[in-house]
Amino acid sequence: MARMKFLADAERCIECNGCVTACKQEHEIPWGVNRRRVVTFNDGVPGEKSISVACMHCSDAPCMAVCPVDVFYKTTEGLVLHDKDLCIGCGYCFYACPFGAPQFPQDGAFGLRGKMDKCTFCAGGPEPDFSAAEFRKYGRNRLAEGKLPACAEQCATKALIGGDSDVIADIYRTRVLTRGKGAEVWGWGTAYGKPERQPATKPGAKS
Amino acid sequence: MKPAVKCIGLAAAASLALFGTGCGEKATVIVYKQGQYQGKPDTRPWESDQSPTSQPNPWQKGDKDSWEKTVKARTLGQNEYVRVAEH
Repeated sequence: MARMKFLADAERCIECNGCVTACKQEHEIPWGVNRRRVVTFNDGVPGEKSISVACMHCSDAPCMAVCPVDVFYKTTEGLVLHDKDLCIGCGYCFYACPFGAPQFPQDGAFGLRGKMDKCTFCAGGPEPDFSAAEFRKYGRNRLAEGKLPACAEQCATKALIGGDSDVIADIYRTRVLTRGKGAEVWGWGTAYGKPERQPATKPGAKS
Repeated sequence: MKPAVKCIGLAAAASLALFGTGCGEKATVIVYKQGQYQGKPDTRPWESDQSPTSQPNPWQKGDKDSWEKTVKARTLGQNEYVRVAEH
C-alpha cells in the first residue's frame, strides 16, 4: 500500500460543507475548531471554485520539522499524527503549515491557546484504539475499523476522496480523462500521466 | 619588571580567566533529538481489537494484507464510474 492521501476536486465541489459537518459530528469537535474547512475562490462570481481543505498529511511535513518538542510522528500509512500529551501549544506548526490545518481550541475566559488539534485522517492517535481517551483527544479511529475518513466517504459529489494514493490517483485520472478537461494543466503528465493512457485532445473538448 | 611586560602579563591573565569561564559553563537547556518522535507509540490499524461500535472485521488481528484489501475495496468504492457499471 502506498501513502494515504486526500484529493479535493474543485470541479465537483458544490460548497455544501457536508465534509466539515461530518468531521465535526464524527469526532465531536469543540466549537471554534475546524479540522476541515471549505475554501471558495471568487465567491459570488460566476465560475467560482471551492475546495475542501484539511491536513494533507504531507510527505515532508513542515509541522514535523518545526515542532520544538517533536510530538509528530508518521505512521506506516503516511499519516502525520501527533501526541497531544506532549504538545505545548506554541503554535509553530500553525505558522509552518501551508494549509492552516493545526487548530487551537480557545478555552477559558482569556482565550488560552490549548493543545493543537488537527485532522487525523480518522486514524485516532497514540492511545489504546477505541478507548475513551483516544476519542476525547483525537476522535474516532475509523481506519482501524477498515473505514475511510468520514468527510470523504459522505461527500455527495465525490469532490473529496481519500485513501491509498495509488487508487485515488487512478480514480482521478479516469475522471479527468472521461470529462475531457483538466489534463492540459502543467504537471499533469508527471502527476497522473501513464504512457498507455493519454489525455483526450480531440477538438471541441471542454477546456 | 618593565611596564610593557607587565601589561602583556595582565592581558594574558585576563584572557585566560575569560576563556576559562567560558569553558566551564554548563548547558542549561534540554537538548531534543531533532526529528525523533518523543511521544507514546501508536498501534497500527490492523493490530487493533474489534471495534465495539462497528461491524465484525473481515480481517484477523495482525493480518496487514487482509486489512489493506478491505481498505482498498472501500477506496475503490469512491469511483462512481465503476460503481455505476456494476449495477
